[in-house]
Amino acid sequence: MNESVVPLLAATFFISVLALFVFIWAFSQNLFSMDAAAASLIFAEGEAGTVEDPAATPDETRHLQAASHGGAGRTAPPAASEAELRERSELDDSTRVAAFVWISSAIFWLIVGSFFGLSSSIKMHSPDWLAQFPWFAFGRIRPVHLNVVAYGWTAMAGVGLTTWMLPRLLKTPLMGSGYSVSGAMVWNLALYSGILAILLGWTNGLEWLEFPWPIGVLFTFGGGFAAVPLILTVIRRKVDHLYVTIWYCGAALLWFPFLYLVANMPYIHFGVEGAAMNWWYGHNVLGYFMTPMAVGVAYYFIPKVLGEPIHSYNLSVVGFWTLALFYGQVGMHHLIGGPIPSWVVTLSIVQSMMMLLPIVAFFINMRNTMQGHYRTVAYSPTMRFIFFGGVCYILASVQGSFEALRSMNTVVHFTHYTIGHAHLGLYAFVAMIFFGAIYFVMPRILNWEWPYPKLIMVHFWLVAIGAVTYIAALSIGGWLQGLLMLDENHPFMDSVRVTLPYLTARSVGGALMTLGHIIFALHFYIMVLRHGPQRSVAAVIGLPSLRGDVAGAKG
Amino acid sequence: MNKLSTLILGALYMIVLSTLLLVVAPYVQLKSVQPTPGLKPYTEQQQRGRYIYMREGCIYCHSQQPRDIKQAPDFKRGWGRAAVPSDYYYDNPHLLGTMRTGPDLFNIGARQPSVDWHLSHLFNPRGVIPGSIMPPYPYLFRVTAKTQLGEKVVTLPSEFAPKEGSVVATEEALDLVAYLLSLDRTFPAIPGPAEGQQ
Repeated sequence: MNESVVPLLAATFFISVLALFVFIWAFSQNLFSMDAAAASLIFAEGEAGTVEDPAATPDETRHLQAASHGGAGRTAPPAASEAELRERSELDDSTRVAAFVWISSAIFWLIVGSFFGLSSSIKMHSPDWLAQFPWFAFGRIRPVHLNVVAYGWTAMAGVGLTTWMLPRLLKTPLMGSGYSVSGAMVWNLALYSGILAILLGWTNGLEWLEFPWPIGVLFTFGGGFAAVPLILTVIRRKVDHLYVTIWYCGAALLWFPFLYLVANMPYIHFGVEGAAMNWWYGHNVLGYFMTPMAVGVAYYFIPKVLGEPIHSYNLSVVGFWTLALFYGQVGMHHLIGGPIPSWVVTLSIVQSMMMLLPIVAFFINMRNTMQGHYRTVAYSPTMRFIFFGGVCYILASVQGSFEALRSMNTVVHFTHYTIGHAHLGLYAFVAMIFFGAIYFVMPRILNWEWPYPKLIMVHFWLVAIGAVTYIAALSIGGWLQGLLMLDENHPFMDSVRVTLPYLTARSVGGALMTLGHIIFALHFYIMVLRHGPQRSVAAVIGLPSLRGDVAGAKG
Repeated sequence: MNKLSTLILGALYMIVLSTLLLVVAPYVQLKSVQPTPGLKPYTEQQQRGRYIYMREGCIYCHSQQPRDIKQAPDFKRGWGRAAVPSDYYYDNPHLLGTMRTGPDLFNIGARQPSVDWHLSHLFNPRGVIPGSIMPPYPYLFRVTAKTQLGEKVVTLPSEFAPKEGSVVATEEALDLVAYLLSLDRTFPAIPGPAEGQQ
C-alpha cells in the first residue's frame, strides 16, 4: 500500500472510533431515550387511535378504522384538539404551493422517464427499432431514462413530500416557501437542459453524472434552495423535539448539494480516482438522498394512517445514525475485481454488510407497528403502496448487502441482475412509498378528493404486477447470464442469447408500469382541474363518521 | 436529538467521513501513479473517437476492466490481463463501465485489429456477429451513388448492403474506430494497488 495513505487511513479510523464513543456516550446520557411523547408528536391531542387517509373513500375509512382499532374509533375529539386540527389545516395551507410545484413536476417527469425507459428496454431486444435517429439511440435514451426518473421523478417527489411534511412536523408554518419554488424552477431548468444535452450528444460520460457540469451545477443550487425552508422553519419551530422524519429527510436535503458539488468539481478527478468518485457519488445519491427521504416519508405516513405511533421510536433513530454511518461507505462494491485499491473495495464490502443493521431496525419496527393492522392495506390506498414499498426496502437492502460479497458479486456484476436490483430499490421501494404518500397529500393540497378511487386500485395493481415481472425477469435472466459468462466453455454470445426472453419479459413489465403511471398522471390531472365526480369535502381532517354528514358540504 | 446543530453537524460528519475514505484517500494514493510502460497517450483522432464512445453511451453495455484470472475467465476470453490503475493514466473521464451486455473492450484493438471489420460491425453488428443485440449506427455512415477519392468504403455482407450505391464511413465513424483500435493493453502490468494484484 502506498505510504501516503497510511496516515490518512489511521486518521479516518480514529474518527470512526471516536464517532462510536460519542454514540455510546449519547446512549449512556439517555440522549436517545425519547418517551412515547416524541413518537406521538405527529398526532393532535386525542387523535391517536383515529385513522387518517384522505385518499380513502368514506366507506374505506370506516373499514380502515375497524381494521386498525377494531371499532368505530374514539368519540369526537376533545375541543382542544379541534383547535389543533384547525391549526394543522392552516399549516397545510402554508406549504401548499411549494409542495404542489415539486410534486406536479415529479409526476410530469415520471411520464417522460417511463417513455424513455420503455423505449430503451424495447431496443435491448429489438436493436434495429428506430435506430436511424441519433437522438433516439439506445446509448443516449438510456441515460436520459436514468436521469429523468432519478432527478426528475424520485428527487422532486421526495423534496415535495418533505416540504409538505415540514410544517406538520414542526407545528410551524413553512418559512421561505419562495426559495423552495425557485429551487423547483432551477431544478426543472437543469433537467430540461441536461436531457437536451444528452440527446444531442453532450455528456460528462459518467454514469449518474451525465449532465455536463455547467448544467449539473444548477442541481446544487436547486437542491440548496430547497433546503432553505427546512433550516428556516426548524429555527422558528414550535415543537421542542425533531421527529425522526425530519432527521431522515432533513439530512437528505443537506447531503445532496454536498454530493453533487464534490462529484462535479471540474478538472479535479482523474483516471481510476474518477471511477472511485463516480461510485462514491452513484451509491450515495441512493443512500444519502433517495433512501432517507423514502424512509422518512414511511415513518410519517405509516403511523399517521394507522393512528398509532411507531412501535419503537428509539429504534428508528438508531436506524438513522447507522444508515448515515454505513451507507456512505458502500460505493466501491460497484468496482469489485476492478483496477482499484483493494483496501477501499474491502471497506465497502464490510460496510455493505453493516447495512443489515439499519435494515433490521426498520424491519423490527415495521413488523411491530403493523402487528395486528395488516388488514389496513385492503382499505387504505396510501398504506397499500407504502407497505409494499417498505417490504421491498427490506428485500432490496438485504439483496444489496449480499450482492456486495465477492462470491455473489462475481456472478452478478456486469449483468442485468444489477438492473433488477436497482429497480427493486428505486422503484418497488422508493417510488411505491412516494406514490402512497402523494395519494395522501394531494387531497390536502388541493382541498379536493381523488375523483375516481377505482383508478388508484388500477394504478396499484398495474405497477405492482409490472414491477414484480420486471424484477423477476432480470434477476433470473441476469443470473443465468452471469453463470454463462463465468463458464469459459461457452462462447460469449451464449450469455447474450440466454437473456433474450427475459429482456422481452422486462419490456412487458415496463409497459405495465408505464400504463399505471399514465393512469396515475391522468387521475392527477383530472383532480387538479377539479373535474370528475365530487365525493365529499377533502379538507376536513379527521374521520368522516365523526363529523356527521359530510357529503356535499363544501365546494 | 432536538437540536438543529446536531442534525447539521452529524450529517456533515458522516458525509465528510465517507468522502475522506472513498474519494480523498484514493486520490492521494493514486495521484502518484505513472503510466504503465508501453501505454501511449491518445492521439487527437483517438480522443475525438473516445468522445463519440461517450456520446453514444457505449459504457452502458461494455466494460473496460478485465478481472483477474483467479476471479473470472476474462483472460481466457481474450479480454486481457487484470487491469491496474496505471493503465488508465490517460483516461479522463474513466470509462470502466458496469455492464457486459457486450464483451469487455479493454483490449478490443488487439483482439480485432481490422478497420474494415469495425466499420462493418458499427454499420450493422448482425452482419458480422449473428444474434448480436448491439444497436446499429447508420448515422455514422453515408450511402453514396458515386464514391469520391479518399473516401472509406465499407465492405458489407450482401444481405446487409444497400440495394443501390455504397456505404461510406463518415469522419466520426473513422474516429471511433481509431479509438477502438487504440484499446490495446497487451503489455505487461506493473504491480499496482489493484484488486487483481493482491
